Amino acid sequence: MRYLPHTDADIKTMFDAIGVKDFADIFSNIPENCRYDREMNLPEPKTEWELNTYMAGIRAMMEVTPDHTVLIGAGRYQHHIPSTIPALMSRSEFLTAYTPYQPEMAQGTLQGLFEYQTLTARLLGVDVANASMYDGASGLAEALLMGIRIGRKKKRVAVSGAIHPHYRAVVDTYFKPTEFEVVELPLLEDGTTDLSSLRDEDDLAAVALQSPNFFGVVEDLEAASAAIHDIDALCVACFSEPLAFGLMKSPGSCGADIVCGEGQSFGMPPSFGGPGLGMFGCRDKFVRNMPGRLVGETTDLDGKRGFVLTLSTREQHIRREKATSNICSNQGICTLTAAMYMASLGGSGLRKLARLNYDKAEYLKQGLQETGAACSFSAPTFNEFVVEFGGDFEPARKRLMEQGIVAGLALEPYYPGFKNRYLFCVTETASREIMDTVISEVAK
Amino acid sequence: MKDIQELNLPADIRYSNDHEWAKLEGDTVKVGISDYAQDALGDIVFVELPEVGDTLGAGDEFGTLESVKAVSELYLPIGGEIVAVNSELEDSPELINQDPYGGWIIEIKPDDSGDIDKLLDREAYLELLKAE
Repeated sequence: MRYLPHTDADIKTMFDAIGVKDFADIFSNIPENCRYDREMNLPEPKTEWELNTYMAGIRAMMEVTPDHTVLIGAGRYQHHIPSTIPALMSRSEFLTAYTPYQPEMAQGTLQGLFEYQTLTARLLGVDVANASMYDGASGLAEALLMGIRIGRKKKRVAVSGAIHPHYRAVVDTYFKPTEFEVVELPLLEDGTTDLSSLRDEDDLAAVALQSPNFFGVVEDLEAASAAIHDIDALCVACFSEPLAFGLMKSPGSCGADIVCGEGQSFGMPPSFGGPGLGMFGCRDKFVRNMPGRLVGETTDLDGKRGFVLTLSTREQHIRREKATSNICSNQGICTLTAAMYMASLGGSGLRKLARLNYDKAEYLKQGLQETGAACSFSAPTFNEFVVEFGGDFEPARKRLMEQGIVAGLALEPYYPGFKNRYLFCVTETASREIMDTVISEVAK
Repeated sequence: MKDIQELNLPADIRYSNDHEWAKLEGDTVKVGISDYAQDALGDIVFVELPEVGDTLGAGDEFGTLESVKAVSELYLPIGGEIVAVNSELEDSPELINQDPYGGWIIEIKPDDSGDIDKLLDREAYLELLKAE
């Protein structure tokens, strides 16, 4: 759909047709005392050159440059983006496409979304995936609300304390104005979630775990979903690093009823924390309770295959206050980017890349342990892990920063009591030389 | 959409303001939606049914009907315990469109069997439709 701004002549024609003489006339029914009549306090526009200089100035203030190797994940991951991806996703047909309300003129977009849904459903091991939520955090909140809708009379949900702190904060924001309660499950010493308290629960609609969790630890989703189903609750499995499923069993195949998480790793740069991609899927029997857009495959009057938005009666523009969510959009360009990424790598590529991430992370983990740092959690990890340093790590971290390496995330601000514990992430972007530099600085 | 004269409105059952019908069969009451309602909704694609054993009051929501263009709540015309649901509707929701009176939705044991007489008879329901 083209965007063409109106000329003054176009505007005059429209004004004449509706019988107004200028813009002020259109707002004439707004009372005088409700109008803002002062000048807006906005800076003057800049020329293209001035703007470039201004942005370069901001960039120069950043401590971390694109030349740094960032050994932090914590929900946002450094991955190589194949050149084919930006070349393809920046095509104007994809980048500027509007949301596909009219199937007759949006078949390209709809087909792209349908293929994304198919790839996502296969990756996550679910029957059906939607056209995406905004990000992993809001996706988790929506998954829990979906659990409440399915659970009907139940009023409580449980979330693991090992879920990303920001995801848990977003869940709290969503649940605060409701009558429903969110309880937090504690951790075991090995870094996995302690599910023992579930045995005494009978009013939980859904229980959410993240795997790999915030500490990089792989949760035993099969055991968890069994324990959760035993108390007649739904198992929500969330993630922040979907690459893990190149190596780990899909959450769906482990018994999860709803799977949701962040898809940024699949072809999107970290970008200061946004935009995100809320990958979301569930069992077929819950599809009518699922939030978000859903693209379906059908045939037209002539029997030709076509794609449409389907099950629209769940959505807020039709169902209103009883809708599955207030979302009436999706992360279109991110969705297509992720589809391109998944299609480019394929199953074998994802497997190899996941293996590489895992192996490199193990290399750094072992190297740090040999210097005397303690691995905080004994359970298996994917491409992130937590180590505890004997003394103050900050001087070594500062030296590494000067050498272009961002060495880990201090956890104490998120988990009081985790003094000297750092969360490291190693992806395919960290070379052996970089890792050896980190190990030798720590050893000093 | 059908004209009022074209609508099938049996005389031996009662109707509610929400376009449901109720029919006494022994000591239970079957509930469904009227020909007017199924015509207005369009092709029904999914029926959400309550659980057998639930006890609800008059006016309580007991399920939903999803058509291609809307989802409509179903309201219990008289209070009672749900003793049966029409499970055929799970696979064949279109039964309601094809035969709105044979295609019953739920069967209840009414709290008070006299409640059904408080509902509209055919004439009163026709008056309601004419006013719509």
